Amino acid sequence: MSQRIKFYQTGTLTAGNRLLDPETRAVQSSVDRSNALTSGHRACQGCGEALGARWVLDAAMRATGGQLVVVNATGCLEVFTTPYPESSWQVPWLHSLFANAASVATGVAAAMRSKGSAVRVVAQGGDGGTMDIGFGALSGMFERNDDVLYVCYDNEAYMNTGVQRSSATPPLARTATTPALGPEPGNEFGHGKNAPLIAMAHGIPYVATASVADLHDLEDKVEAAMKVHGARYLHVHVPCPLGWGSASDDTIKVARLAVQCGLFPLFEAEHGEVVRRTPIRQRQPVEAYLRLQRRFDHLFAGGRVDVERIARLQAIADRNIERFRLLTGD
Amino acid sequence: MLKQIEGSRGMAEAIALCRPEVICAYPITPQTHIVEALGELVKSGSLTPCEFINVESEFSALSVAIGASAAGARAYTATSSQGLLFMAEALYNASGLGLPIVMTLGNRAIGAPINIWNDHSDAMAMRDAGWIQLFARDNQEAADLHIQAFRLAEALSCPVMVCVDGFILTHAFERVDVPTQGEVDAFLPRYEPVQVIDPADPMTIGAMVGPDAFAEVRWLAHHKQLRALEIIPEIASEFEQRFGRRSGGLLRPYRTDGAETIVVAMGSVNGTIEVVVDAMRAGGVPIGALDLCTFRPFPAAAVRDALRGARRVIVVEKNLALGMGGVLASDVRMALRGEPADVQTVVHTVVAGLGGRAITQASLGRVFAEGHAGKLGELHMLDLDWGVVEREVARMSENRRSGPTASNVLRDVGPSMRRIG
Ligand SMILES: Cc1ncc(C[n+]2csc(CCOP(=O)(O)OP(=O)(O)O)c2C)c(N)n1
Ligand code: SF4
Ligand SMILES: [Mg+2]
Repeated sequence: MSQRIKFYQTGTLTAGNRLLDPETRAVQSSVDRSNALTSGHRACQGCGEALGARWVLDAAMRATGGQLVVVNATGCLEVFTTPYPESSWQVPWLHSLFANAASVATGVAAAMRSKGSAVRVVAQGGDGGTMDIGFGALSGMFERNDDVLYVCYDNEAYMNTGVQRSSATPPLARTATTPALGPEPGNEFGHGKNAPLIAMAHGIPYVATASVADLHDLEDKVEAAMKVHGARYLHVHVPCPLGWGSASDDTIKVARLAVQCGLFPLFEAEHGEVVRRTPIRQRQPVEAYLRLQRRFDHLFAGGRVDVERIARLQAIADRNIERFRLLTGD
Repeated sequence: MLKQIEGSRGMAEAIALCRPEVICAYPITPQTHIVEALGELVKSGSLTPCEFINVESEFSALSVAIGASAAGARAYTATSSQGLLFMAEALYNASGLGLPIVMTLGNRAIGAPINIWNDHSDAMAMRDAGWIQLFARDNQEAADLHIQAFRLAEALSCPVMVCVDGFILTHAFERVDVPTQGEVDAFLPRYEPVQVIDPADPMTIGAMVGPDAFAEVRWLAHHKQLRALEIIPEIASEFEQRFGRRSGGLLRPYRTDGAETIVVAMGSVNGTIEVVVDAMRAGGVPIGALDLCTFRPFPAAAVRDALRGARRVIVVEKNLALGMGGVLASDVRMALRGEPADVQTVVHTVVAGLGGRAITQASLGRVFAEGHAGKLGELHMLDLDWGVVEREVARMSENRRSGPTASNVLRDVGPSMRRIG
């Protein structure tokens, strides 16, 4: 089957359009971008995390004039970038452990302060390293308002160890530890947590969600985050073709559907209050999102559609839309 | 300057003189007073520039030190017991990354049963984590070892743990000669990292290493430890020249000339042991002692030399490696293995002072005399109440649901703390 490709000629979804004035072009469209994460790494084709990390760090490099160091938690991003002596990093980069990226970044920031240096720090990790095993350290970094931007690349499971469930795995998703078996196939309803909202509860200066589906929005948020000092949190939705069972060339499409159906709301918060949300332009049903991912195959098995369970997920999406006022964005 | 101060205060002042740039810790008895004193020095502005960070766990305390050290700052932390175990993963990481962090370990028992008092179970549990481990015999040495520790750590790019007996040293008021800033500055140069995360020279630190190179990387970490065996005595002797007192080094023989029996131990118990040795020597018993200051790297050759000629070695140690015996005694036996067959030395393990039980001169005198007379077994538990043990063993065999051992033993022993004194 041939693929339908849609080109965006103008507007915020294009990376670089020479019709736009230079100020509004994406960092990614510039030949001067730092390529913080350069080519040659070992991520799967279509890896949303690889894309997200490059965009985030290139934007952060631009925002800091290159005065940036990066601390990375264990996970896919760490493993696929550093099969030493090959390293894809063109930024100073430190990996310590799975659970301590936030604290290590605090240490780097403290060293810089102690030395009177203006170098800034970004810490990054997957949803597991951020929301599960590293959550205590993250909360500590937030609570102390340490001068660190922490970026979570949320691919909704422990991908590096073979797609096991994390507290970011959505209900119904099949993972290696939530098989599509028994009376309640896939991940359970009522489990999991909302990391951005918990981050906001710390009252830190800046919290935002972003998606690889919207490059401009993501870059703007990185830039906004780097303008502020203190603890900041950016939660980026990054599809994982391998873990989600989506086509490698559907990464952006899948990410966009997650936003458009309301399952992944895009917003910004300052000091604990939501101050901006990115409105949904073309609302889509949750089902359209689910159908592109084999981790939800069991909802469509044997030609039947599991209407009931899909409705429960749709209800979560609807609630997000209402709660964050995503249709109007006001 | 001579001061009559708490051990923790003496250490804190010595650490502050080393100009640490980042200090972070999490409270646990008996380490608390050291960190509190440092916090005070930072907050009052007498230690500057320095960032003092209160973190949410020991795991984060060491992680902050890792980040700070990798960014080129002199970093310090302190902990004890459960806290050391809570940082275990980061301990291996710090040494694996070659970061010269200095940590004070206020030695304390490990639970369950939870116990805040002194023994060496914590240090022993982390003996192979790639940290240099130095043991202080008194509060002067506790202070001095920190000054040497930064120098050593930075010379090798290897973390150093200064082990000080909880309460016995940390909480005891003793005379401590606290050096001047000028003296310490002359001894301890500015920290020049061998690797640093710096935008001016982007570097990937903490990369993954596969089977192709892992063994070599590990060996190089071991090689640092072997180098430390040479550097530790050099640093101790330079320290002695500059500060006019002996502190640190690999080990210290005490009256071992002509000794047929030599007692080996680490930390503050050496003071008591030497008093007992003096008394026995006065009674004509050819006995001596060996105070081991450096436990990791294990100075096997120096131990062998120091023990040469002794027929019996009694290792007094404050840990019991369950299912095995004594950790230090095993290392001492290993060290003696290179000796020719005709000078086989018998090594006894005396486990003492677990969970803070007092180690008295009387008990040591008794057990040394037994050892010297060849009447000591391979593993001896000093002052163990065998009656209590046997009654609990009987309870367990009589009743499947015999209940928690700790509670049973406490009920049996009775309400008083009589056993401690
Ligand atoms: C203390 C510890 N526990 C477990 C692991 C194994 N482990 C390594 S990466 C990983 C999963 C990472 O998941 P996530 O943080 O979501 O990142 P992803 O790989 O999905 O990008 C796990 C479980 C580890 N390295 N350390
Ligand atoms: S498993 Fe997923 S997150 Fe990991 S490299 Fe592949 S696509 Fe990226
Ligand atoms: Mg993940």
